[in-house]
Amino acid sequence: MTAYLLRRLAIAVATLFVASLVVFSVLEILPGDPARLMLGLNASPDALAALRTEMGLDRPLAARYLDWLGGMITGDFGRSLTYSSPVIDLVKERLAVSFPLALIALTLSTIIAIPVGVFAAARRGKAADTVAMGLAQVGVAVPNFWFALLLVYVFAVSLRLVPAGGFPGWGDSWASHWQALRALILPAISLALPQAAILARVTRSATVEVLGEDYIRTARAKGLPYRRVLWRHALRNAMIPVLTIMGLQFAFLLAGTIIIENVFYLPGLGRLIFQAISQRDLIVVEGVVMLLVASVILINLVVDICYTIVDPRLRGGR
Amino acid sequence: MSLDPVPAPQRRRMRGALSNRSFLVGLVITGAVILMALVSFFWTPYDITRLAVANRLLGLSPEHPFGTDHMGRDIFSMIMIGARNSIAVAIVAVGIGMGVGVPLGTWAAARGGWADEVLMRANDVMFAFPALLSAVMITAIFGPGAVNAIIAIGIFNVPVFARVARAGALALWPREFILAARASGKGKVLITLEHILPNIAGLLLVQGTIQFALAILAEAGLSYLGLGAQPPMPSWGRMLFDAQTRIAVAPHLALFPGLAIVVTVLGLNLLGDGLRDVLDPRLRQER
Repeated sequence: MTAYLLRRLAIAVATLFVASLVVFSVLEILPGDPARLMLGLNASPDALAALRTEMGLDRPLAARYLDWLGGMITGDFGRSLTYSSPVIDLVKERLAVSFPLALIALTLSTIIAIPVGVFAAARRGKAADTVAMGLAQVGVAVPNFWFALLLVYVFAVSLRLVPAGGFPGWGDSWASHWQALRALILPAISLALPQAAILARVTRSATVEVLGEDYIRTARAKGLPYRRVLWRHALRNAMIPVLTIMGLQFAFLLAGTIIIENVFYLPGLGRLIFQAISQRDLIVVEGVVMLLVASVILINLVVDICYTIVDPRLRGGR
Repeated sequence: MSLDPVPAPQRRRMRGALSNRSFLVGLVITGAVILMALVSFFWTPYDITRLAVANRLLGLSPEHPFGTDHMGRDIFSMIMIGARNSIAVAIVAVGIGMGVGVPLGTWAAARGGWADEVLMRANDVMFAFPALLSAVMITAIFGPGAVNAIIAIGIFNVPVFARVARAGALALWPREFILAARASGKGKVLITLEHILPNIAGLLLVQGTIQFALAILAEAGLSYLGLGAQPPMPSWGRMLFDAQTRIAVAPHLALFPGLAIVVTVLGLNLLGDGLRDVLDPRLRQER
């Protein structure tokens, strides 16, 4: 068990290291001099040289890479040039939108998908299964930003129940918390439903597979009620593929909200990165991408550890 | 000896395919979308390069079944032409993924050892980058446009096909018919070409259909952000972007391009599901 976890940890760290090399080199070979982009075409050569020195652009690549990497390890992600504030502060500010949004979306998708998936598996081949999986099949095909537009039209434009976009900030009173939450309702639903469709399909097929196992028959044979067998024995064993997909989805939600944040004008991580790219604010792009990559790797690691909790058989070998 | 050009097992498989509902529905939808894209090269109900501002934002009518947009262009004609863009981007992006990923994956499976380890770790690195975000970065940095969108989507198809091809090939290498081929002195490249590839073709085809659907969704997303095909070339994602600011006055603008995406992706997914059932009947009984 320990050896397995150590190996997984070593792979995670190595992956992160290689990813940092990729991010750094892709962004450094970019066409366009960031200093010139900031000062414009009419800048004097002296001013340009001064800024390049200030930004460290005149130093060798390797030295800049090591500085950047060392800074990140100690929690210093550098300073944004366009926002003139530390990258880490920008990230914290934006995470206050993106993290709750991802969490609400994942929670919604899970509480819809798992019961639907298990229910469909239990009644496989029957009408309820066909209808549920037909809906899931359609749900998988729906682009979340289109679904978002439809929700905006129905609930914001026609019924005026929620705002169509923007984010008022969390504030300090309950009233302002509620206003902030209201602004996240439609984005969360538009993110959650297509995800729920995928998760429901995975849950169903994993549960169907487990229901064919001998231990399920044994559990039934010793007189346990079907419902108990289904929710306790079958679902637990079906959780591994379900957890894998949930891990992937959370990682996707954290970063993949980029389009939804654009639909609803939410000041989240996705929009931060989108704006930073167009302004060539490379230090922000590098920092945010690395944080996202790190969270994907971390989530996968956590999912792996969850496997061993869900399925004790995995603790021994591997 | 039979004179029948189609051998019996294949004929049985074809009949099985046509009686599979997912496969059939998926095939019809996919075929219709491709046909629509092809027809648009010769004929569309209206010429979308001619702007008729007098006809702007018309609702649904017999003349314009899906209405007109803010420049008076016929939405149905634009959706027909937009299909070209979606299909072209998806074909090339999946082609890149297969063209690079399958050789890598089969090579890793045949070679084993360090080559396999390096490939799998490289895959881990690729999978650690959120695909859509990276595609946004690539297109935003190297300039928006259909070609960069294709490359951005294609890159993230490479590890997917590498992984599928490797897994399929790895399962085949210990099999007896491969051992026989090796005993007869064939090299690994020849065995891969003659025995491995034909046997993982079904697997790759099914994955290809799924990736095709995902590529269409990804392209729509990039175009929506203004990073895919550029105007005046119509694309479904771009049409949705244009629809957003006018959603209160002309909701139909947002409805039809989205439906086009849903129907196309649904068709491809059904086709993929059907293909998997047909090619691997064992899975069908479990489902």
